[in-house]
Amino acid sequence: MRFGGAENYSERLERTVLSPLARTSNRYYYFLFFLAAVVLWGLYAFIVQLSYGLEVTGMRDIVIWGLYLVNFVFFIGISHAGTLISAILRVTHAQWRTSVTRMAELITVVAISVGALMPIIDLGRPDRVWHIIVYGRFQSPLMWDIVSITSYLTGSLIYLYLPLIPDFALMRDRLGQEASSLKRKLYTFLAVGWRNTPQQRHRLEKAIGIMAVLIIPIAVSVHTVVSFVFSMLLRPGWDSTIFGIYFVIGAIFSGIASIIIVMAIFRKFFHLEEYITERHFRNLGYLLIVSLALYLYLTVSEYLTVGYKLEVEEKHLLEILMFGKNALWFWSFVVGGMVMPAFLIVFRKLPTVPRLVTASVLVNIGMWIKRFVIVIPTLEVPLMPFEFGAYHPSWVEWSITAGAFAAFILIFAILAKVIPLISIWEVAEETGAAQPLPEPSAESRGVVRRAL
Amino acid sequence: MKISRRDFIKIGAKGLLAGVAFSSVPFLLQGLVKNSSRAIAADGGGLERHNWGFICDNEKCIGCGRCVVACKKENKVPWEPEFNRTWVERYIITEDEKIYVDSPNAGRDGFQDFPPKLDVPESEVWKSFFVPKLCNQCHRPPCVTVCPVGATYQTHDGVVLIDQDHCIGCRYCIQACPYGARFFLPELGVVDKCTWCYHRINRGLIPACVEVCPVGARIFGDLNDPAGTLKTTLAQKRFYVLKPELGTEPKVSYIGFEKGVY
Repeated sequence: MRFGGAENYSERLERTVLSPLARTSNRYYYFLFFLAAVVLWGLYAFIVQLSYGLEVTGMRDIVIWGLYLVNFVFFIGISHAGTLISAILRVTHAQWRTSVTRMAELITVVAISVGALMPIIDLGRPDRVWHIIVYGRFQSPLMWDIVSITSYLTGSLIYLYLPLIPDFALMRDRLGQEASSLKRKLYTFLAVGWRNTPQQRHRLEKAIGIMAVLIIPIAVSVHTVVSFVFSMLLRPGWDSTIFGIYFVIGAIFSGIASIIIVMAIFRKFFHLEEYITERHFRNLGYLLIVSLALYLYLTVSEYLTVGYKLEVEEKHLLEILMFGKNALWFWSFVVGGMVMPAFLIVFRKLPTVPRLVTASVLVNIGMWIKRFVIVIPTLEVPLMPFEFGAYHPSWVEWSITAGAFAAFILIFAILAKVIPLISIWEVAEETGAAQPLPEPSAESRGVVRRAL
Repeated sequence: MKISRRDFIKIGAKGLLAGVAFSSVPFLLQGLVKNSSRAIAADGGGLERHNWGFICDNEKCIGCGRCVVACKKENKVPWEPEFNRTWVERYIITEDEKIYVDSPNAGRDGFQDFPPKLDVPESEVWKSFFVPKLCNQCHRPPCVTVCPVGATYQTHDGVVLIDQDHCIGCRYCIQACPYGARFFLPELGVVDKCTWCYHRINRGLIPACVEVCPVGARIFGDLNDPAGTLKTTLAQKRFYVLKPELGTEPKVSYIGFEKGVY
């Protein structure tokens, strides 16, 4: 089937968005090989850790959690990019969102998948991970995490998949001749017999509407519960009531920055300039500065309330955080992750896209450091009047961290070759180019049965 | 009969839900039966008969570190100083009331060969004393609540134990303990802590650290036994517990408390 209406626009749209799926350059393969090598290196480090135990990491008796937990919070954080932001924009009918949502939702799915592996890698006995399912106790905040993260992953997979159905159908029809039979079968299966009938459209839009509303509370719960893992404990720096909202805002902050980075990369390499315009960057820039302001506000509240009272343990924490051995981390988060991006967003001297991308990269580096600053210094403060702990991540932890980031990019790069990165039917609809087909054909019913 | 996919999914989902609900019935019944059985201690009788308690007397402790060694031998705790079920801290207060705390090798080798690493001369030392530390076996243990798999639990006689065949090594309980009593065994990949020598007290013996203490700075006994040493000592002395403001209700009582000990 074909979309009717303004041929020129929708044909060009399809060609631009679908061409990366059909043709792949050598450079892309080299890039994949490089990423795969890094992932394999991380895998090797994990095998070393499996055979020798957590002794090969830098986690010791006092600082017992390390980089893995930092990465966990970071990845779950950027996973908010997507689904939450795309759902909010959908619910509020922000029209400009259409060419952004797909990438945002992809970030979510990939980031949760990689992030959720981190606590398992962190376990002393990963062979017993099934105990969590069989003997799980809901009194433990870790269990809340597992429930809400798996719900979020399921929910955002559905939410990613639903708007993809019409695009899969389009690919089934368009790529048919050039693509291999495997690809054809895959898209036929994924399109679940989509024929663009009014009934199908009605059901799809209803389903997307329900998911968009459902996913918002789930997404908020995820990072709230991640913060609860820390704030349910009697530890200086974690024992805080604002941690829930602090983490959620932080997640949205780094999430928006991630979308800007991903958008800029694919805009350049997939030639999507017509659909991802400066307007998209500017709008996301507004969201970024708003979340930055909120995050700054919460950061000041957090440290001011603690720093004014100066309980003994909190005093120790603030000392090593602001003036002691963690000062470099802390201030590079404040300056590099908040002050400099704020200047870059507010003062518009430089051209829009590079300016916002630089700000976003800084924000994401800053937010990774911020997570480090949340997890490590608190553990370094001794609970008993003992010597302070120290944490030096080992090569195993750095390798697994590098592997995780490479895996994130690798999965994203592969998916970008399978899934159209812009929601073709929604963009076409937005510009009024699409018209639903009047009636389902006999053929379509056949496909339904086959796909089932 | 032809079924549309929509109906197929609907029927399938209903069937799955019914199946899960139905198959969970035997598990629920099993749970009811299991909970009704009573735990029996090795010395006969129900575990709830006892309510164990502990006293550390800071006025008596001489910092010899015998308790640390005895504990390591009795419970196969690794010899390295970062693994300890019990340890001894040395407090040094100077003339200008600055407090210094250290615990070289957790007190395992005593303190004689370890002069205090202070930037003040010995003449300025005003007073000094030792504080033995171990698991407080809290009445409301924060470590037990946070365990995701129920590998750590409280017995009926009030001791917090770890099932090391069950622990997944997430180390969340280590973070939750406000007393630093828990530690990670890298070789086994699980968490370990003081049990008040549960295998001994069950047989009518006293914990190893209490057994070897040359000055009687550690007292172990039953809080339910009004004539026992523990209860009579508590009746005669002023005592204190660590971090009472946290509401964990620790069961190790300290005699001879001093500012700066926490």
